[in-house]
Amino acid sequence: MAVFSRGFGGRRRESDPALPPGQYLTEDFPVLSAGPTPDVQTDSWSFDIVNESNERVSWSWDEMMALPVDDVHTDIHCVTRWSKLGTHWRGVALDHFFEKVDTSEAYTMVHSYGGYTTNVPLEDLLDGKAWVAFEFEGEPLDPEHGGPARLLVPHLYFWKSAKWVRGLRMHADDDPGFWEQNGYNLYGDPWREQRYW
Amino acid sequence: MAIVSGWGPATVASARRVTPTGRVLELDVPGWAGNLPGQHLDLRLTAEDGYQAVRSYSIASYGQGSRVELAVDELPDGEVSPYLVDVVEPGDELEVRGPIGNYFVWRDEQPDAVQLIAGGSGIVPLVAIARAHHASSNPAPFKLVYSVRAPEDAYYADELRGFEGDRFTLDWVYTRRTPPGWERPAGRIDAATIERVTLPASGNPLVYVCGPTGFVEAVSRALVALGHDPARVKTERFGGA
Repeated sequence: MAVFSRGFGGRRRESDPALPPGQYLTEDFPVLSAGPTPDVQTDSWSFDIVNESNERVSWSWDEMMALPVDDVHTDIHCVTRWSKLGTHWRGVALDHFFEKVDTSEAYTMVHSYGGYTTNVPLEDLLDGKAWVAFEFEGEPLDPEHGGPARLLVPHLYFWKSAKWVRGLRMHADDDPGFWEQNGYNLYGDPWREQRYW
Repeated sequence: MAIVSGWGPATVASARRVTPTGRVLELDVPGWAGNLPGQHLDLRLTAEDGYQAVRSYSIASYGQGSRVELAVDELPDGEVSPYLVDVVEPGDELEVRGPIGNYFVWRDEQPDAVQLIAGGSGIVPLVAIARAHHASSNPAPFKLVYSVRAPEDAYYADELRGFEGDRFTLDWVYTRRTPPGWERPAGRIDAATIERVTLPASGNPLVYVCGPTGFVEAVSRALVALGHDPARVKTERFGGA
């Protein structure tokens, strides 16, 4: 049974079929971080993937830049209910990193500089669905938005797109990451409104 | 307490304008499960034609009971906040869901000294924490630094002053205009101010920072530069960047 709020609705926002349920359009780019923005420099940056045998494959910034770079045009959706439509990013698809990784596990834990973690199933990172992104709207990614590089997994709520990404570890199980231990959904599909526990 | 149930009805119990741009709202939420200090909720408004809008708000109250308190600052081009600040009246109905979030919270059993740093309406989750600490016998020292544009923009100023004592100290930063006779000129909070008015990093306090994005970025960077462990600095931000 609906509860109507008297006199509400005079200043409503434009609706758009590209908006998942419960989201609103924003033109700016809000920041959601649990702690201070870490100072990460590209000359000491690396991106590492560690498999179930504890074997580590590592890329420096320059080595990442030698991989094929995609232009990504996508919508992004934050669990705090803002969405931005038609954003432009540049980054390297995770497929290119995983060509060098030997694993039979189905889950990953994403790790960031600063200690943030988030869990993502491997299949959600492959087949051109996820990138290590380092440019936003033609500019190097700002530190407060995850620069120098963040994960970009735009089909999931944006907390999965870990800022300041430093690598992934393969997991046998879908173990919860930081926000997933602190009240947010294990998977986070915006079209099914998988926001909270 | 952390499992979020579905939407439930809420009735506005009181609405009080407390700053030039904001109000304190009390909601009666039958069946509210209670909340930890620092948690937030989702609030949903439905127009008569079925149009809906949802926003998240920090909760100024804590603990058990079905009375939930919010403080809402009006955003100039907002859709929900102008309704809550200018239109809604006691007796009006809306819906809420929550409580949400298990990270930016304070628990009575925490032994740590605590530094709270608020910018503007970022005081809301921190007043919940300060209230819970004041009502408890938790012996840890608390310090609050509250940055506002001008004295009249402060939420909960009298209540916070009432908490001052052995366990709680309060300091103010005025960014546009100070009260008459204030010892420091108006200005944005900077590293030197933070060093002067906050608990030192050497004591390893737990720090909670809440406010607009630019404020939280500046404060948290300064804290890390002063030697605070980044893992001991919890942040909550609102607004665009």
